[in-house]
Amino acid sequence: MEFKDNKPIYMQIASRICDEILTQTYKVDERIPSVREYAANLEVNTNTVVRSFDYLQTNGIIYNKRGMGFYVAEEASKIIMDIRKTAFVNDVLPEVFAEMKILGISIDEVVQLWNK
Amino acid sequence: MLTVNNLTFSYGKKPLFENLSLEIPEGSICGLLGLNGAGKSTLLYLMSGLLFPRDGEVLFNDVDVAKRLPSTLGNMFIVPEEFELPSMTLANYMKINAPFYPKFDSEKLRRCLEAFDMKIMDVNLQTLSMGQKKKAFLSFALATNVDLLIMDEPTNGLDIPSKSQFRKAVAQSMTDSQTILISTHQIRDIESMLDHLIMLDQSEVLLDCRVADVTDKLTFANYPMSQTPTDALFTQPSALGCQAVTVRNDDEESGEINVEMLFNAALAHRDKIRSLFAKK
Repeated sequence: MEFKDNKPIYMQIASRICDEILTQTYKVDERIPSVREYAANLEVNTNTVVRSFDYLQTNGIIYNKRGMGFYVAEEASKIIMDIRKTAFVNDVLPEVFAEMKILGISIDEVVQLWNK
Repeated sequence: MLTVNNLTFSYGKKPLFENLSLEIPEGSICGLLGLNGAGKSTLLYLMSGLLFPRDGEVLFNDVDVAKRLPSTLGNMFIVPEEFELPSMTLANYMKINAPFYPKFDSEKLRRCLEAFDMKIMDVNLQTLSMGQKKKAFLSFALATNVDLLIMDEPTNGLDIPSKSQFRKAVAQSMTDSQTILISTHQIRDIESMLDHLIMLDQSEVLLDCRVADVTDKLTFANYPMSQTPTDALFTQPSALGCQAVTVRNDDEESGEINVEMLFNAALAHRDKIRSLFAKK
């Protein structure tokens, strides 16, 4: 089974930043690296990183201080978890269930395996 | 920024371009693609005033580039695929050539050389290898800070680490007002950098769109053999089964672009691609 790893680059970068926030690389109200720093580091177009930052800002994960850069919002971790839970339910679970159906694995079997 | 209006050009009797028009958007990194002999390099030379059109014009910031005004030439730079450098040190080369570019930034030259891991300021340029020359010239080009930077096959001749260093150097040094036009066959070297694509085919513009438009309209994905899409624009075998380009359904999430597959799909279904990406 293959999970979809075909997300646009800007979304991949956004998830990377989300990971860095969840693992406390950047803490609440701390500044995250600039668009240019990310672009150089990841070897992508700055416009791509701008899109990632837009996405994060629209979702309330980071906020902009004029002329200073972008900072981690207070609610960032909670928002990221909510978005990921929704994605898990909508994208990952259907694939897991489809594979379970093909292999004839019941939900009880999964629970059993999980508890081991 | 840069506008090509009804350009006609020929080397001999048979016209290479007839009434070619396109526009390079400001602040973008634009990839120019096309088969060998499609006219990519010729178009780049026409854009930089090195060749003159038979008819039509190329406007750079609303000025005809064929006039070769100092204000135009001081604000654009072209790195051709092959070039000669004079017998002198880069330091001297800079002293002589930098004054032609009012926005030249010697600090940026130093940073770019550093990004390429080169300490060659005081080495005679002619003693450098082909790849080193290219890196020195690319660094100079980036340091000019011009509004339009044209590069013809910039990653040709670069060693493996240099390709990544090249992407870093461009991402680091590019300014918001700068436009970079890259013609290349080594598309994987720069794929992640592009935000606009132009594809020349049979002397015409087959495709002229943003990368975001491509991922909006097409899906590039892997499928198991049994699920090969029947309506694919292009397929090729992959480890999983096959890789295919399909027209994206509205309920599908937009994904990642694969320029190589796009290129092949466009050649296989010219009319379909044209109508998909037709400007409204």
